Amino acid sequence: MTSEKKGWGLSFPFILWSVGFTLIPLAVITRYAFTDPDGGLTLDNVLAMGNRINGQAFLVSLLVAFICTLLCVLLAYPMVMAIRRLNLSSSAFILIFLILPMWMNFILRILAWQMILSDNGILNHFLTILGLPKVFIANTWLAVIIGVTYDYFPYMMLPIYTAVSAIEKDITEAARDLGAGTLGVFTRVIFPLSLPGLFSGITMVFVPSMTSFAVADILGGGKTQLIGNIIEQEFMRSSEMNLGSGLSISLMIFMLITLPVTVGRSGKEEGSRDI
Amino acid sequence: MSDRPVLIHLEHVSKSFGNSLVLDDLDLTICKNEFVTLLGPSGCGKTTTLRIIGGFERPDSGRVIFQGEDITGVPANKRPINTVFQKYALFPHMTVEENVAFGLRIRKKSREYIREKIDYALKLVNLEGFEKRMPKSLSGGQQQRVAIARAIVNEPEVLLLDEPLGALDLKLRQEMQYELIRMKNELGITFIYVTHDQEEALTMSDNVVVMNQGYIQQEGSPQKIYDEPENAFVADFIGDSNIIRSTMVRDRLVNILGIEFECVDTGFGENRPVDVVIRPEDIVLAPEREGALNGEVTDVIFKGVHYEMCIMTGDFEWIVHSTRRSEPGSGVSISVDPFDIQIMNIPESEDEEAVKLDI
Amino acid sequence: MRDRAVNFITRFYLLLIFLFLYSPIAVLMVLSFNDSRSRVVWGGFTLKWYERMFTSPHITDALVTTLALAFFASLLAVLIGFPASFGICMLRRSGRSVMMTLVNIPLLDADIVTGISMMLFFMRFMELSFSSVLIAHTVFCIPYVILALMPRVEAVDWTPYESALDLGATQPYAFLRMVMPQLYSGIISGFFMSLTMSMDDFAITYFTKGAGVNTLSTMIYGEIRKGIKPELYALSTVIFMAVLILLLAVNVATRKKGGETGEGRAY
Repeated sequence: MTSEKKGWGLSFPFILWSVGFTLIPLAVITRYAFTDPDGGLTLDNVLAMGNRINGQAFLVSLLVAFICTLLCVLLAYPMVMAIRRLNLSSSAFILIFLILPMWMNFILRILAWQMILSDNGILNHFLTILGLPKVFIANTWLAVIIGVTYDYFPYMMLPIYTAVSAIEKDITEAARDLGAGTLGVFTRVIFPLSLPGLFSGITMVFVPSMTSFAVADILGGGKTQLIGNIIEQEFMRSSEMNLGSGLSISLMIFMLITLPVTVGRSGKEEGSRDI
Repeated sequence: MSDRPVLIHLEHVSKSFGNSLVLDDLDLTICKNEFVTLLGPSGCGKTTTLRIIGGFERPDSGRVIFQGEDITGVPANKRPINTVFQKYALFPHMTVEENVAFGLRIRKKSREYIREKIDYALKLVNLEGFEKRMPKSLSGGQQQRVAIARAIVNEPEVLLLDEPLGALDLKLRQEMQYELIRMKNELGITFIYVTHDQEEALTMSDNVVVMNQGYIQQEGSPQKIYDEPENAFVADFIGDSNIIRSTMVRDRLVNILGIEFECVDTGFGENRPVDVVIRPEDIVLAPEREGALNGEVTDVIFKGVHYEMCIMTGDFEWIVHSTRRSEPGSGVSISVDPFDIQIMNIPESEDEEAVKLDI
Repeated sequence: MRDRAVNFITRFYLLLIFLFLYSPIAVLMVLSFNDSRSRVVWGGFTLKWYERMFTSPHITDALVTTLALAFFASLLAVLIGFPASFGICMLRRSGRSVMMTLVNIPLLDADIVTGISMMLFFMRFMELSFSSVLIAHTVFCIPYVILALMPRVEAVDWTPYESALDLGATQPYAFLRMVMPQLYSGIISGFFMSLTMSMDDFAITYFTKGAGVNTLSTMIYGEIRKGIKPELYALSTVIFMAVLILLLAVNVATRKKGGETGEGRAY
């Protein structure tokens, strides 16, 4: 029991910090969400998510987040398998490979995508050289999806990679020994064992994807409004603190309802989300 | 060798990893329904040999012949051979039952067939009632049994076992040795077993293949390997021995440490240097001056079944096992029955010479 | 033959991912040498943006703010997260899961929600300034430190510590000499992840910064309509290359020190 006491003691600065700067701010935003500017209780701010403009932005965000998450998953698994196949066992290098881009300024990276994707941009330049027709995806939701997928891919890749690289070679060899081909080894052994990583990847990609307002702003040309853009404008342009908080809280409530399934499952398999 | 039909033949198999040559032109024949053990120190190439048979490694050169067919390029999942892995390698996300059914499900067997096979296999390994358990909740010995059940339900022609008992404690290991012999007899298939434990090899095998540094040092029945080691490496690796550089005076007479002993070996020429192996338990102790070689007891250790004594004669130190204790410092005399003197050629090649270094 | 084809496809796929991740970076690097201010036209090779990188006080201010934020937030995160990772490992199941939830909140929350809730909090109880951004960054850095450290703390071999105590060492001395060396790599990787996340952050800084406080990201975001100064491409390229070289050097050094283990789980 002394170790239990010691444990709480050592965690104390962290607990203090979290209560002060995570939980109390959440309480503050909740308070804003359920009051009007005069301080009276109201549900209007939270329910504003249901009106036409906000509701539409919410559905678009949901769709964008879903597609981006799916793309991240579809890109990550072949990559993890490729790493395994080529025996690139140095996880330090893979970590560096995925994290290094984050050191090039975030906004500049997104601006670079704008230059690549714009109508007279680099991509179309190459397509013309190759004799292919140009693509016009600048300022569309497609550009937003590319940008968001690009931004969050490492957050999907790392936990899946961590989970898969923890699978010992013995185990996949055993599956092969018992008659499984490459596909069988993947579907019956590697994929099921990677699930904790996949779940934490999903939670780390899906939620932020709905709100990356800067990406939508730069690559969507103002035409694709994510729910993040709406919330940002309520605060930074219209100073509608209560309304903005209300929308944030209803977004949080939505996530709390949909994500526990995945979070709960990834929580059970411990150590799967060390990045 | 045995009179059973040949099942597997490795022809001139070589394999290296990076710069190190692990197997050098290896030739090995394994017969049907045999319990064969590949025995040797770590790094001798025994596990690589097993992995080549299993299809996990492809030899750099040479061929793997299985029932007359060349299977060198056939991948592991297409071979009628199953493996029991050293660290069990159970699928951690599946129950015992699902683990055992894995191979059968891949082969799309019917539910009833799978059910029947699971029951049979778990009964064979004494794990009835564990169907729904997860591997994590089982002891090491139980996990090992699941690994065996998982392999044998597929009715392989050959079962490969890679140091399967290495992680178990001594008592469990001994129990499992008997279990494995029983299973092998019940299944009537070939077992190829890899171990560095000479006792395991001698207990279970029909045929032992002693390997070192990528070469086969000796092949034969456990008795033959133990009683008639062909070189100093085998003699030293299998049990304790006294290995003495001596001179073969003529057929049936050898000069050991200046004293001539009768022996039973012939064909080594006259006045040729040889190595002599004498097992510690084959040495007969007599009171001083009543045996052939006189010496002094320098050390005595009680080993349970017998005493192990060190005896100096001149500058050679003998290891002797005896049920009667002699006091350290006391004088004794050594003699050996002619049948217990094993004469070996002195290795000529450098590779074999290198082997002697760790004696 | 089939093996070769599959190997080729795997390599090709890795190349595609590489292009996906690094083509924007290549674009920015190329632009940093572009003599024209245009983002589309190549006006010839120049190094002038590298020369002018530090002449604008505007940019140097933002750079200093960005670096100071990253460094101090990571430092604070390690100071708070290090004892906490030990503490959490000592707790029983229920306490542990409560604490893990607390650790995960900043990771699971949309960063916009984290940013806004802190903005409202600071507006009410403090003021928006450099320290408010610092606090906010520390909040989202702590989880990375704890998640990097906890597996290491759990894997600590305590026998050298105990034998040091047995041989008469004091507890702090034994801890410092026997336990800490097992944790350095975890602390460094947690610290580095924090630095990365702080440098990469935009949204939380955007909401919690006070007037006049700008990191490179918020400054660039504010100037998009005016046009980006090419000096910023040069500056970002320099930062990127510095980190690349540092990481490669560290990696090569640890590799040489640890020797080729075959396992290669270096991090």
